Amino acid sequence: MKKTMYEKIWADHMVHEPEGEAPMLYIDRHLLHEVTSPQAFEGLRNASRQVRRTAANLATLDHCVPTTNRDKPIKDPIARIQVETMMKNCADTGLRLYDMESPNNGIIHIVVPEHGFVHPGMTVVCGDSHTATHGAFGALAFGIGTSEVEHVLSTQTLRQKKAKTMRINVDGELSEFCTAKDIALSIIGHIGTAGGTGYVIEYTGPAITGLSMEGRMTLCNLAIESGARAGLVAPDEKTFEFLQGREFAPKADAWDAALSYWKSIVTDAGAEFDKVIELHADDIAPQVSWGTSPEQVIGVDRQVPDPKDFADEEKQHACASALNYMGLQAHTNITDIKVDYIFIGSCTNGRIEDLRAAAKVAKGTKVASGVTAIVVPGSYWVKKQAEQEGLDQVFLDAGWQWREPGCSMCLAMNGDELKPGERCASTSNRNFEGRQGKGGRTHLVSPAMAAAAAAAGRFVDIRKL
Amino acid sequence: MKPYTNHTSIAALMDRSNVDTDQIIPKQFLKKVERSGFGVHLFDDWRFNADGSENAEFELNNPAFKGARILVTGDNFGCGSSREHAPWAIEDFGLNTIISTSFADIFYNNCFKNGILPIVVSRQALDQLMQEIRANEGVSFTIDLPAQTITTGAGNSVEFDIDAFRKQNLLLGLDDIGLTLKNVDKIDAFEARQQQSHPWLWTESA
Ligand code: SF4
Repeated sequence: MKKTMYEKIWADHMVHEPEGEAPMLYIDRHLLHEVTSPQAFEGLRNASRQVRRTAANLATLDHCVPTTNRDKPIKDPIARIQVETMMKNCADTGLRLYDMESPNNGIIHIVVPEHGFVHPGMTVVCGDSHTATHGAFGALAFGIGTSEVEHVLSTQTLRQKKAKTMRINVDGELSEFCTAKDIALSIIGHIGTAGGTGYVIEYTGPAITGLSMEGRMTLCNLAIESGARAGLVAPDEKTFEFLQGREFAPKADAWDAALSYWKSIVTDAGAEFDKVIELHADDIAPQVSWGTSPEQVIGVDRQVPDPKDFADEEKQHACASALNYMGLQAHTNITDIKVDYIFIGSCTNGRIEDLRAAAKVAKGTKVASGVTAIVVPGSYWVKKQAEQEGLDQVFLDAGWQWREPGCSMCLAMNGDELKPGERCASTSNRNFEGRQGKGGRTHLVSPAMAAAAAAAGRFVDIRKL
Repeated sequence: MKPYTNHTSIAALMDRSNVDTDQIIPKQFLKKVERSGFGVHLFDDWRFNADGSENAEFELNNPAFKGARILVTGDNFGCGSSREHAPWAIEDFGLNTIISTSFADIFYNNCFKNGILPIVVSRQALDQLMQEIRANEGVSFTIDLPAQTITTGAGNSVEFDIDAFRKQNLLLGLDDIGLTLKNVDKIDAFEARQQQSHPWLWTESA
């Protein structure tokens, strides 16, 4: 029978299907951070259970860490306890941790690929919904809850129900201005935040294979915002080239064996998906979210919608309440919306290519008066690389702040946050109410769009720059 | 985990869709390293005014819903972040049953690990349940998990589907890990096979 990539990975990791119970799926790699793991370690301790396979784990500190004054103790005492708890848990169990002093520190989903820790065909989980990022490598990667973190730590397996399969094919060629972020946002706008619920999505088509590995990570990262359990892109030469030589990538003979396996796991020609969606890259303008859900998104050349534009009563209601929260009037041109804050960073858009794209637009400009603009590299590796290329100077010259890595204003747990009513052009992934600070208003955009908004003090159609 | 038992409780109505876990438990409360004590922060941004007083407009502050164990709510409940703090807060607050047309995947899973029953019903059935609460705020519903039914105060009955394995674990209050570890020989065997067939997966300590 012809199989999809998801079905192949699933079958290759099936440990046991006990009668009348959920199947046990083997987990190859487990990623951890400080927010969703402490209660799992506590559970292990309480039950006197051990970590089954320490080397299959990789942990970092990212959510609570400050992006300034990293040499000083963390000011927030509760955050400090969380960070210290993580360090102790990892030390006690022998887990590999890139702590705040490690040159490898950064956001978990940025750090893991940098070290080649995830390969095609693997199963990868983390107590974090954006684990979907690693689907860019053709790995089945998804977020789990803390109880499941404990389950994986002690059994290296998960009880899982098989998902349905969806293929999203994006035809056509990418223009310079249509990034992975715009594809992803427009998909979410199209299918909605619950459109992918119950599915694993495989992204195919020339616009997808045309993406760099970094672009594919951005795309798969946002799979979760469409409700999908995971996103996948078939591994190809770009994937192999990216992995080769990295710390945890297979070496020598193992590399050859791995390579032939990786090539074998792609979806068979003619394999059937439960659902297929066709899109065209030409239809995708640079996207700007206008509401409080990632599906409330529109092309930058359009206007803020009117609740009346929606046929469905639920959506009308959601639109009205989003406009109210966002302080926006229907029919306002997106390019007339003024911003107070710019955030470039997060596991969605905190990689070197994102910083390059933003710097290209920021070069020679000045941050508009009254606007605060910050760049938070996704990791120390990204930061170092950017500094070698002089990108930090480009941003600094343009009046931006150049920070230390971390999740920062993606979820505003570390003290970097919006004040009530402030409006932010953000390269992160969620525009939920209060996500970037209570009362803060988030508009999701690509890095280049964010940089353009910084200089203009409002949204700009970068195609017209 | 406490076993889930049949109960008759007040059903609270929160007619909102796409309620995300950032709202259920805002991030400023995620820094704790314990599992308990999140209930006081449930829906914090909506539930409380800036001065800390209760927001009278917020659904769960409706006196008629005091003591509710059942929450009836709109589509795609629990979307967004994977934080299990969301079901911890819900459970700690006193709710153990959520009825909607759909739930986000990770949240749905997390509920079962915490003795919470998420019930999926049709749009039509949900509308009826909501209607009944609106008409009679403070009405109680009876949840019968073994029979997979919701019976309303007015005597309407709605059947629901649930995976048999999850149902049984809820009813017995079973810990998944213990159950899985019963099959530890299967895990050992799988690992031995994988080391043979996919040796590169086992070189991560390099
Ligand atoms: S950058 Fe944002 S989405 Fe990514 S892991 Fe950190 S908090 Fe989560």
